[in-house]
Amino acid sequence: MPKYSGSVRSVIIALAVILLIVVVSNTAIGTTNISPVLTAKIIYMGLLEWVQGTILWTLSLTGIPFDGSAFFNSISPDVTWTDGQEMIIMGIRLPRVLLAALVGAALATAGCSMQGLLKNPLADPYIIGMSSGAALGAAIGFTLLLPIQLISFIFATITIFVVYNISKVGGKVPVDTLLLAGIAISFFLSALTSFFLFFSESLHQIIYWMMGGFWNASWDKVKITLVIVFTGILLSYRHSWNLNVMLLGEEQAQSLGVNIESVKKQILVISALITAAAVSVSGIIGFVGLIIPHIMRNIIGPDHRGLLPASTLMGAIFLVLSDTFARTFPSKVQALLESSDIMLFQVILERIGSLQGVDLPVGIVTALFGAPFFIYLLRKRRKSLYA
Amino acid sequence: MLEVNSVIVRYGNRQILNQVDLHAENGKFVGIIGPNGSGKTTLVKTINNIIKPNAGSITVDGRSIDTMSSIEIAKNIAMVSQVISINFEFTVEDVVLMGRTPYIKGAETHEDMEIVQDAMKKTKILHLKDRFVTQLSGGELQKVIIARALAQDPKILILDEPTSHLDITNQIDILNLVKEASRKGMLVIAVIHDLNLAAYYCDKIYLIRDGDLISSGTPEEVLTPSNIKTTYNIDVEVINNQITNSLYVIPRLEPLSKQEPVVISELI
Repeated sequence: MPKYSGSVRSVIIALAVILLIVVVSNTAIGTTNISPVLTAKIIYMGLLEWVQGTILWTLSLTGIPFDGSAFFNSISPDVTWTDGQEMIIMGIRLPRVLLAALVGAALATAGCSMQGLLKNPLADPYIIGMSSGAALGAAIGFTLLLPIQLISFIFATITIFVVYNISKVGGKVPVDTLLLAGIAISFFLSALTSFFLFFSESLHQIIYWMMGGFWNASWDKVKITLVIVFTGILLSYRHSWNLNVMLLGEEQAQSLGVNIESVKKQILVISALITAAAVSVSGIIGFVGLIIPHIMRNIIGPDHRGLLPASTLMGAIFLVLSDTFARTFPSKVQALLESSDIMLFQVILERIGSLQGVDLPVGIVTALFGAPFFIYLLRKRRKSLYA
Repeated sequence: MLEVNSVIVRYGNRQILNQVDLHAENGKFVGIIGPNGSGKTTLVKTINNIIKPNAGSITVDGRSIDTMSSIEIAKNIAMVSQVISINFEFTVEDVVLMGRTPYIKGAETHEDMEIVQDAMKKTKILHLKDRFVTQLSGGELQKVIIARALAQDPKILILDEPTSHLDITNQIDILNLVKEASRKGMLVIAVIHDLNLAAYYCDKIYLIRDGDLISSGTPEEVLTPSNIKTTYNIDVEVINNQITNSLYVIPRLEPLSKQEPVVISELI
């Protein structure tokens, strides 16, 4: 395991604990009131059942007779909840919260890797055209009624390959060329997307998708995303030391024995895959991949051995919170407007119709809260934030 | 033992190095001198395999660097280039530890950390080890980079103008340190602009102009008024400096006489 300084390690442990608390408490939040403790019990029960099922299944393959039900029963909580409550927690809210956590983790990790690799504070997971590729894929998918998740994933991945190969000069990929090629391709793909938007019958759906959200979360999506994102994140961590060395300059890294072109390629591919996996289930959620790495760099410094895991955890926390806000805020506003007898509010209410059960695109929330906080950070810190 | 045989480097149509040869044994301090743009930096980068030559060969202890992986090269050759600043808040210890990159598999060992400590001790920066490199002076930073190169435990240490932007104390500090490394058996190859420092420290000097090797040998053989006239196009006097017991190169400048005060109205 890499060596962290003590304070960095405690930050990471603290973030992991916070993430756990955030996941449970945010699963408890929603229109139907279920207490956090009860939520925790339901999740714990679900987890136990899953573990038990997995063990039994594995053992059934090996043919060893084993009946662990006594043991599992002894550590199970008493069922004090209704099937309906279990359904809301396990079937609806938990997959959504987990998906938000995974996407947040993926975007923040990819953003952090890209900022390090490109040595550019503006870099985010989308910088070399991944989001435009995914958006085009989604636009085509909605228009031609193809599976959205698959096709946007494919388009995002193809985009990276095209950008990478355009930027390649004599076996090397200069960072500046990569950035510029990415921007050029982005514009081109956005034009194509607009073209589809203009003619498509599914205009509404495409625009909703592009704003980003977790309306369609399901356990299937969680599983696919988990596999890709988890593997990708772990592979990114393997490069944290190389990213550190490369921050001092490519020539220096090369003379220290880092095979920079190979490292570049690997980091690009890994980041592209986890970003594509994230975008394909959630649409385009901006800002997470840009600001979370900056915030964490501000707190624990530029050493990627600590910075990458901290960004991963913080990204997950931030997106879970944002999504909870996105799905609960409109109803809260509705209640507030209704309970008030100010004339203006009544008028507003009439104009916008019901907000009950409205689910904001989470992309709006991340930028709405992220941007002011980021500006605060920029102003608070005297020197350059990217250092 | 480093052997550079008739190396040719071109950038497009421009020939940067024209059949340059360089042979040097371990424990020597070799200087490379020449005017700006003469190809010195290209030569050292070629030795470090950062630039691939168009023709010619480079061997370390008889092995061509072409056949070595980047990690093997890093274990043999360390490079110190002129670093003006590092913009990232790494600690001094972290940056020196980066010198262990070719050796670290997974995580650094206790031995790696000891080598890092040792390198910081040799370069007298141990007291700075927890400071951020962003807070160091130019001289301190250059020492950190040298410590990093020493931590790389190379056979050959290359320095590209390591002292040009430093004050005289730091220049001498750093060159003494490098000289010490060469006494202990490392081969040091340094691009140096100051001819007098080169004359004092180097066992052997290579003089380059426009990619051609003009002269090579001991300071006495290379630093002659005629060689310097050919390469730098200035007239110099070379004397033996009694104090340092080394050559001293003095440009033959006209003594500045008291100048007539300039009348500004005449200029307009």
